[in-house]
Amino acid sequence: MNLRDVQKILKAEVLCSEHLLEREVETGFGCDLMSEMLAFAGSHTLLITSLTNEHVIHTAEIMDAVGVVYVSGKQPAKEIINKANHNNIPLLSTPFLMFECCGLLFTSGLKGCKRDNS
Amino acid sequence: MNRINEEAENKPQLKLEFEIKEKDFNVAGEAASKVKKTLQQLGLTPEAVRNIAIVIYEAVMNVVIHATCGQLKVIIIPERVTVLTEDKGIGISNIELAMKEGYSTATHEIREMGFGAGMGLPNIKQCSHKLNIKSQVGVGTVLEAIIYLPSKDEKG
Ligand SMILES: Nc1ncnc2c1ncn2[C@@H]1O[C@H](COP(=O)(O)OP(=O)(O)OP(=O)(O)O)[C@@H](O)[C@H]1O
Ligand SMILES: [Mg+2]
Repeated sequence: MNLRDVQKILKAEVLCSEHLLEREVETGFGCDLMSEMLAFAGSHTLLITSLTNEHVIHTAEIMDAVGVVYVSGKQPAKEIINKANHNNIPLLSTPFLMFECCGLLFTSGLKGCKRDNS
Repeated sequence: MNRINEEAENKPQLKLEFEIKEKDFNVAGEAASKVKKTLQQLGLTPEAVRNIAIVIYEAVMNVVIHATCGQLKVIIIPERVTVLTEDKGIGISNIELAMKEGYSTATHEIREMGFGAGMGLPNIKQCSHKLNIKSQVGVGTVLEAIIYLPSKDEKG
């Protein structure tokens, strides 16, 4: 699936980099810990998180994440959205809570990440 | 083969340095991002770039979170990249324990920021070929990680 599909499945609002929604998503990873994201996330990974600070953007950039989904309607501050936009990281915000958000994507065919698949 | 090793001393070298100031939680991300762009321009493989960026991020974050202040040096030569952090801080009394997945002394506030999984040092180990940590309690810690680069013909 691509980010456009993710957006529809999650009824998500696009916060930035709308022009990049054709990007393919291969795996999803839901977590609020940076080191876990860096350890487990693979390539073409979509990050799903409830943390809205700048560290998530740094982590997404380092691991080449295809985008970030904020659960439970959360939205980061403007400066953080600008930073993500500058780094070509699409940000989405979904009203669904973490469990439902991951479940919806999983049942639509998105795979989870496995250890050591980097 | 020996001749190549001897020549390494005279080969072009690029050195990037960053000051790590007390409580500067953004320096890790900024340094990793800057080095990443430089390495991409130098034509390193995406895998090597990513591994080096992860090592930098985790090592610098550890200085900011667990020590007081310090320095990051990234030394790039054609066959390898060395990531070196030196800090002033409380030091690590038991390095073997610190290396264990899940071991963390991070506070509640730090955890709320998204750190303290106890995965930083294991990540550095995973992403590098050589890792050397020297620490003195009450003084500080030196961490050196080396990532060897595939030669041009190996990249295929
Ligand atoms: N530079 C340092 N100075 C002092 N102590 C350190 C330093 N680096 C690591 N440590 C100690 O080693 C422990 C494990 O480090 P590690 O990076 O693996 O996990 P963490 O930083 O606690 O959490 P994470 O990296 O997953 O966010 C730390 O909790 C801390 O006690
Ligand atoms: Mg750490």
